Amino acid sequence: MIYQDSTTVLEVRGLRASVNGIEILKGIDLTVRTGEVHAIMGPNGSGKSTFAKVLAGHPAYAVTAGTVSLEGRNLLELAPEARARAGVFLGFQYPIEIPGVANSQFLRLAYNTVQAQRGSDELDPLEFDDFVREKMKLLEMNPDFLDRSVNEGFSGGEKKRNEILQMALLEPRLGILDETDSGLDIDALRVVAGGVNQLAGKDNATVLVTHYQRLLNYIVPDYVHVMDGGRIIKTGGSELALELESRGYDWVSAEYKNAARATA
Amino acid sequence: MSTVLQNLVNQPYQHGFVTDIESDVAPKGLGEDTIRLISAKKKEPGWLLEFRLKAFRQWLTMQEPAWPNVHYPKIDFQAISYYSAPRAKKKLASIDEVDPELLRTFEKLGVPMNERASLAGVAVDVIFDSVSVATTYKAKLAEVGIIFCSISEAVHEHPELVRRYLGTVVPAGDNYYAALNSAVFTDGSFCFIPKGVKCPMDLSTYFRINTQESGQFERTLIVAEQGASVSYLEGCTAPKFDTNQLHAAVVELVALDNADIKYSTVQNWYAGDENGVGGIYNFVTKRGLCKGVNSRISWTQVETGSAITWKYPSCILRGENSVGEFYSVALTNHHQQADTGTKMVHIGRNTRSTIVSKGISAGQSSNSYRGLVRIAPTAAGARNYSKCDSMLIGERCSANTFPYIQVGNQSAQVEHEASTSKIGEDQLFYFAQRGIGAEEAVSMIINGFCKDVFQQLPMEFAVEATKLLGLKLEGSVG
Ligand SMILES: Nc1ncnc2c1ncn2[C@@H]1O[C@H](COP(=O)(O)OP(=O)(O)O)[C@@H](O)[C@H]1O
Ligand SMILES: [Mg+2]
Repeated sequence: MIYQDSTTVLEVRGLRASVNGIEILKGIDLTVRTGEVHAIMGPNGSGKSTFAKVLAGHPAYAVTAGTVSLEGRNLLELAPEARARAGVFLGFQYPIEIPGVANSQFLRLAYNTVQAQRGSDELDPLEFDDFVREKMKLLEMNPDFLDRSVNEGFSGGEKKRNEILQMALLEPRLGILDETDSGLDIDALRVVAGGVNQLAGKDNATVLVTHYQRLLNYIVPDYVHVMDGGRIIKTGGSELALELESRGYDWVSAEYKNAARATA
Repeated sequence: MSTVLQNLVNQPYQHGFVTDIESDVAPKGLGEDTIRLISAKKKEPGWLLEFRLKAFRQWLTMQEPAWPNVHYPKIDFQAISYYSAPRAKKKLASIDEVDPELLRTFEKLGVPMNERASLAGVAVDVIFDSVSVATTYKAKLAEVGIIFCSISEAVHEHPELVRRYLGTVVPAGDNYYAALNSAVFTDGSFCFIPKGVKCPMDLSTYFRINTQESGQFERTLIVAEQGASVSYLEGCTAPKFDTNQLHAAVVELVALDNADIKYSTVQNWYAGDENGVGGIYNFVTKRGLCKGVNSRISWTQVETGSAITWKYPSCILRGENSVGEFYSVALTNHHQQADTGTKMVHIGRNTRSTIVSKGISAGQSSNSYRGLVRIAPTAAGARNYSKCDSMLIGERCSANTFPYIQVGNQSAQVEHEASTSKIGEDQLFYFAQRGIGAEEAVSMIINGFCKDVFQQLPMEFAVEATKLLGLKLEGSVG
């Protein structure tokens, strides 16, 4: 929700980034304030996941220009783990499997690391077990997931729930959810969206990356941005998502090109 | 490979110092006169000199094995000294008289030789280069009839026992390095657990190579009589030298009816530097004979050191219903090479064996599992379960699995599983994105990977092993 005395969570200016020497992000500007939900939409390959990973500090991507700040702090000079501790959370499009590491152990370590950073109490395994089970109820997750290896053998939907569970535990300032709706059946979508809505509050902000408008029936964004060719080429309100759903992306690209030509 | 991973696997060796102590070192070279010299220095009986000479003559006719998946320049056996002992001022009456420099060395290595200060309830035999310098808790163990001393001492004090069992599990001519060891072995530990006795504490030997040009050829013999049981631990380190030292040990275990021997090793010989210069050649023959019915021999090893490891702790399951186990973690980094595994030879009926092998390769290392499961025609109802998992850290290392399965009895069941996984940048990024740094992430992944083996280790050893793997892989994360 957009409200009066909100503060800036994320400020991106002129961000360019490349991977293996190929420029993918070609100058991105984005401001996200507390309480807001932003949706970033766009065709496949437009750079949405790249943008999300660059914000989180993935080592494969090189930032070549621009600035990114989180609550006024220069995010680009922080290592990925420091960004996470500062409150950036990325829900992965393809969460990776970590065989041999119990989910419960992983979740607790992540939780305690972030708690320690905030100067809050860490939880021992028993306390944590109670705590995490409560959170799991919210997402209608079977407690068996605690004993399984992180993401190993999880279905697509289970992996996504596990991501949202982590967001619920870590309570980030900025939650970036990359295609959280893909691979979910309608019931799972409802549960996951419910979780995200419950977590969204006045003190944090959410960026949803998606190329379907489906998710936006459940989570209503304050802003919708269209990404194409590594740029944000159009920004609108939630009604823009519906328009994209019915008309596709081509007209936005055409409009952008025309505008660019006119200013050239 | 990412820089994070690269930094992680570059932790310096912690035990690389040399003790400045006056040593009695035999001139380099190997011949019958060398063997006579060793035997004379140790005032050995004639039968043992004969045993050595016979092994030596056999060794001369043998070829160095070429089948292991390891590569190294030809060893010049004439450039090695076969005997090195810290020079004792006089015969020691007790541990308190051990050279303080030696005591300090072992203290620094975390092996207290002082019984008052030692780990609660672990008896230690300490081997420095070629000789045993001290054995703790000897008297206490003797009260229940357990013999725990250096093998040199056993040769004098209990010749009939040593003679009865020495070379019965690993015959002198078993293989190239076993033959060499049989010819020139200098010291090692001897344990004898008499009938019906459960050893009241863990027994352990700590091996330290100190002299640059010496080889270490120790010989360990453990016998558990009917119904006896013992848990034995072995640890080892060496200073950093830019030359390679040869370590060719032989360990023999004998378990009679209903006896139980658990043998655990944490091997941390110097592995060479990050360019593969120096380090120990660890060519070891370890074998246990489950001679009696219902006997059990269990090997657990955590192999982290040595430039080259060539080692297959094995079980001969002769007694009916006997059980053999092999639990192994082998970690290689930089230019280390390991070719390690086990042999389970099922001879008796209803014999069972379990093999769990975890290989971790980092840097440019090469890590091979080689295992044989043989079911003899006599082994009706035999069962084996094997699980071999490999983990790769980075892009330049390699892992191989060479399982050999020979089934000579149709009623046997043999099961083999294998897997290969990799710690990649994306896994570490996933941890990082949840606030967890690379060191913690790697240690969590590795510990998860090695869980099945670590839980076989005695408590303090498991803690040690976890720390050691951490040290081997951790470093300054940049
Ligand atoms: N690691 C990489 N190496 C090479 N090209 C990449 C890499 N990651 C992304 N790309 C390229 O960057 C572009 C944007 O990809 P991505 O950010 O995944 O798009 P989206 O999430 O919008 O579908 C694509 O053309 C993709 O092929
Ligand atoms: Mg994507």
